[in-house]
This record gives sequence, C-alpha cells and structure tokens, in this order.
Amino acid sequence: MSTLTKIEGEPVPAGPESFLSVRDLQVTFATEDGPVKAVDGLSFDVRRGSTLGIVGESGSGKSVTNLTILGLHNPRTTTVDGEILLEGKELITTPEKEMEKLRGNRMAMIFQDPLTALSPFYTVGWQIAEPFQKHTGASKKEAWQRAVDMLEKVGIPNPKERAKDYPHQFSGGMRQRAMIAMALVCDPDLLIADEPTTALDVTVQAQILDLLKDLQQEFGSAIVFITHDLGVIADVADDIMVMYAGRAVERGTVDEVLRSAQHPYTWGLLNSMPRLDSDLSLPLEPIPGTPPSLLSPPSGCRFHPRCTFRDRVGGSRCVEEVPALGQGRSSACHLTAEQKRTIYLDEIRPGLG
Amino acid sequence: MLQFILRRVLGAVVTLFLIGAATFFLFVAAPSDYASLACGKDCSPQRLADIREALGLNLPIAQQFWDFMSGIVTGRDFPTGHCPAPCLGQSFYSGDMVWSTIMDRFPVTMTLTVGGAIVFLVVGVGAGMLAAYRQATMVDKIATGASMVLSSFQIYFLGPIVLTVLVYSTGWMEDPKYVPITDDPVGWFIGMSIPVCVMATIFTAQYTRMARSSMIEQLAEDQVRTARAKGMSNRYVFFRYAWRGSLIPIVTVLGIDISSMLGGAVVTELTFSLQGIGQLAVAGATTKDLPLTMGVMLFGAFFILFINILTDITYAFIDPRVRLS
Repeated sequence: MSTLTKIEGEPVPAGPESFLSVRDLQVTFATEDGPVKAVDGLSFDVRRGSTLGIVGESGSGKSVTNLTILGLHNPRTTTVDGEILLEGKELITTPEKEMEKLRGNRMAMIFQDPLTALSPFYTVGWQIAEPFQKHTGASKKEAWQRAVDMLEKVGIPNPKERAKDYPHQFSGGMRQRAMIAMALVCDPDLLIADEPTTALDVTVQAQILDLLKDLQQEFGSAIVFITHDLGVIADVADDIMVMYAGRAVERGTVDEVLRSAQHPYTWGLLNSMPRLDSDLSLPLEPIPGTPPSLLSPPSGCRFHPRCTFRDRVGGSRCVEEVPALGQGRSSACHLTAEQKRTIYLDEIRPGLG
Repeated sequence: MLQFILRRVLGAVVTLFLIGAATFFLFVAAPSDYASLACGKDCSPQRLADIREALGLNLPIAQQFWDFMSGIVTGRDFPTGHCPAPCLGQSFYSGDMVWSTIMDRFPVTMTLTVGGAIVFLVVGVGAGMLAAYRQATMVDKIATGASMVLSSFQIYFLGPIVLTVLVYSTGWMEDPKYVPITDDPVGWFIGMSIPVCVMATIFTAQYTRMARSSMIEQLAEDQVRTARAKGMSNRYVFFRYAWRGSLIPIVTVLGIDISSMLGGAVVTELTFSLQGIGQLAVAGATTKDLPLTMGVMLFGAFFILFINILTDITYAFIDPRVRLS
C-alpha cells in the first residue's frame, strides 16, 4: 500500500519507501481564452510494486498529471509547479536530455488507443526494439531478439514472425499487448497506464488486466493506472485516488474507497455504474450537471454546483471554503465524518445492490 | 507490389485509350468541320474536297478511328510523308508531325518542371519543416510571413520585376533562353535559372505552408507522443516519426502539380518567351490547329496518368498500410 499520509499542498519530504512522490503539482495551460489550471495542488505517493488507481471523469486532470510526470507536456504552453520526485530525483527541473534517458527506460507509459499510439510506419518488433537499443546500447540484432522475447512474454503467438508485422496487421487486443511489451522492454520501475483497456472489448480487457498484474509481480514495477471505470480499478489497484476538476477529492485503499466511499462525487461515480443484479428497468443514475470549465472553476469546493448533499453542510461553506484533503484515508468534503458514514450506509449503499 | 503496379499500368492504358477515343470523337467525328479548319480561309470547294480526301475524312468513321488509334501505336502514312509511331497526326499549319513538334518543345517544359520541383521541394518543404520544428519562434514567423506574401504574387508579376532588375537595368544576366543541356550544360543552367526560380518561388510559398501545417498536425499525433514516451529524442521523433506521415499530403499535391506542369507551364513560358508545351497548346488552340491540340491533350493526359501511378507507388513506400490493401 502506498503512503497517503500527506496533506494537500504541504511540502512533506517523500518517505523512504515511496518510489514516486508528487507534491502540490500545479499544471497550467496557456490558452487563447486565458490560463487553464488543469491540475491544482495535487499530491500523492506510489510505492514500488504497488498500483495506484486514479479515477475521474474526462477533463479531471488524470492524463495531464501523468503526461507531466513523464515530461511530455508542451513546454511552450504549459507551466508546471510543485515537485515530482522519482526516487528522490526532482523531475520538473530535469533537463530534456536527461528526461529522455528516463522515459521508456525507468518510467514508461501505456496509452489508451493502441491503434493511434503505435506508429503505422514501422514494424511492431522495431517499435519495441527501438527504446531498448537506445537505453541499453544493445546492437540492432540484440534489440530485435529482445523485442521478440517481449512479444512472447505478453502472449503474442508466433512472436518471431509477428514481430515483422505492422500494427495494422494486429488485432486490437494484440496491439495493446504489443504496447505493453514496448513499455516494459527496459524493465521500467514506474509504469503509467492511461486507460489501457478502454478501447478494448470486455474479454480482451480482462486478459490485459491479468497480463499487467502478472508482469507487475514479475518486474515489481510501481503502476499508476488511470481509468474512469471503477470495475477495472477494483480489479487492479491497491490504492485509489479520485480526481475532480484538477484536484484529488478522495483517497484510500481500494476496499476503503469502494466499500465505504466518503465523497459525494465518489458516490455519484458508484451510482452511475451499471450492475448486473439490479432491476433492469431502473435507469442508471448519472451525476447531475457537467464537469466545470477550468477556465473559471467554481469557488470553494469545486464539486458544489453538482453536489446534492451541500444542503446538509449548511451555510455557505461549500461555496466559500476549499475542503482540505486530510491525512491517509480521507476525503475533501465539508460533511462531518459521521454524516459521510451515515449517508453512505443509509442512502448510497442500498442503491448499489 | 508488382501486381499492384501492373494493375495500375493496365488501368492507365485503358484510360488513355478512352481519352484518345473521346478526343477523336470530339474533334474529328463531331460536326466541327475538320476539313474546312484544315483548309483555312478562302477555301475553294475543289481544295476542300482534296483535303477531305487527303485526311481520309471520306472514309467511314470507324475506319478513321482505327487509323487514328493504330497510328499512335504503329505509325501511319500521310500523302505528305510517313508519320512514325507514336503518330499523333500532322499539324495543319506547319505540316510537321505533331509528335516531333512536341518532342522539340518537351525539353523546355521538362527543365522547368524538374528544376522548379527541385527548388520548391528543397526550399519550400525545408522551410516548412523548419518552421514546424521551431514553431512559434522567429524562424517560424519569418517563414510563415514570407510564404504568405509570396503566395499572393503571380508569375507574370514577379517575372517581369526579376527580368527588369537582373537583365534589363543591370545586365547581370542574359535574357532567359533554352539551350539544350546536351549542347551546353552551363548555358542551359544559366539560361533557365531565372524562369525556374521565379516559377519555383510561387510554388515554394505554397509548399512551405503545406509542409508546416502537415508537420504540425503530425507532431500532435498519438504515435509521435508514444515515440517521445519511449525516450526518443525530439529530433529523432521529428525526422523518423512525424516527417514520414507529413509526406503524404505533400506527395499528393506534388503529383498534381508536376503532372499539370508537364502538360505545359503556360504562364511561365509566356512570361519568359520560352517555347515549351504550354505555348504549343496555346498556339494549337488559338490557330484551331486540331491535330496539334489533340496531340498536346493526349500528351498531357499521359503524364497525369503516369504521375498518378508514381504517386500511388510513393504512398506505398511511405505508408505500409497502403501496400497490402
């Protein structure tokens, strides 16, 4: 389990066991309409060998956070503040040339859509061999052999021949396997998976998740797993961080967050999940409203315009005061701990079946 | 691959045949009075009859069509002499064989096209790529600005200015003229450098803008981001991943431009008084020299089809997805 014992915004030094530490991360895009704060004061830790699941709607800042960790944001239009520590090494200030040596080597990324994320111009084998050759200084032949081995490891049949194929000759699931092989080719310590199963059908999705878990056991990598699918996160993650409008709103272990959710936004996410055992005539219950524009985010708690429980807080606290995300298992909401518990038990859980 | 090429060549031959047929029926078989055009003004009935006889216009249409089409492949005999294959007929005015007239003019057009293409590809695409690589910097702004200004110019505007400056007022260079490259390579180069550069300048502007926007589009692609996520350097990603994708729209437009230039760069040729295919087409049309017009048309059609095949083959080399479909 990763350590989630830091208060948002507080520059606490990373614990010895945390492999990746993000401290008060702020990512701002300059757009024609003005600055957009896509990530606003985010802190989290990931321990070696563990998986952190980041959940949230589109535009909540999940992907931006992870692109920033790898330094793949556009430096011309993006301002990054805060700290990103990879084993104590500060990444934000690391020069591009050095980042290149880390990317694909010590930290790698699996992207959502393997069809567009793989280059149509080069063979699958070469695309896997390329980073290995660059980072290890292996010969072309050795790198190719390594690519074939990796394809075998991720379960591609007849890898020797298939390595010579182009991505368009692979099926969707095989492409994602190839993508995983590519990310793992240099045994990275940190693997960021950005919705790696969203573009796949359900059976293939399960296979890919199993594969990722197996490979994590073998390589002992830390994984950051981004998704909007709570079902997927329950399957793979050790810890969960729920993000809304550029901020973390709740975190804890998988069991804590999924079995006793504390934040109204998490409740909304749980409610909007389809269940096989529920009455089919009951419509799914979406969260009312739409995610806010980050050009002018709502004051106070960013979720307050869509929150059905703000009356229970009383007064104008939700509108005026930013709720803090406390230590460890916590949620950024003005409801009292007792309220959170009783609302979840009495009103939310029965609806989840 | 070979099968693909064969199929395309076969298709092109069929298309060329159909274009030949269409040309023939438009000009000869349609009631355009081919004979009186050949005869010219103040034509006596006797002379008209002679011409009809000489051109074979009294024969059945099918026979005439066969003579015309087979003449292209095997050559044919006219009363005034033999017309070797590929025979496109005989000019009404000069009496020369159309094919040999075209061949006389073709080196001029070829020089303009190839020379121009080399200049605008190297300078235009190069500047566009550089602008994309250094996006939003001074280099980008200069390249974008210059291409905006230049693309609003026309050859008949820029041409005379360049001629006035370099030739008429300073005498630094001689009037552009075509010297066969086999006779005098240096003279060929110098003689054609002004027309080639002026024409290329206009194209350069377009290719700069196109290369830049195509490259910027490619740089935003997921596959480029993946390559960066693998730790490949920016320069490597630019040249190995983004560049390749950005070539496809450039090759498309290049194919269209080259085939139309080989069919005659009329404005450039007129501006610099060069005797190329373009001037020939204009002469054919204005003097109602039907065999010449038909010949130039077929010649242009051939290049459009030929370059089209080349373009498709180039796609297959750039993008493996094209190869197998």
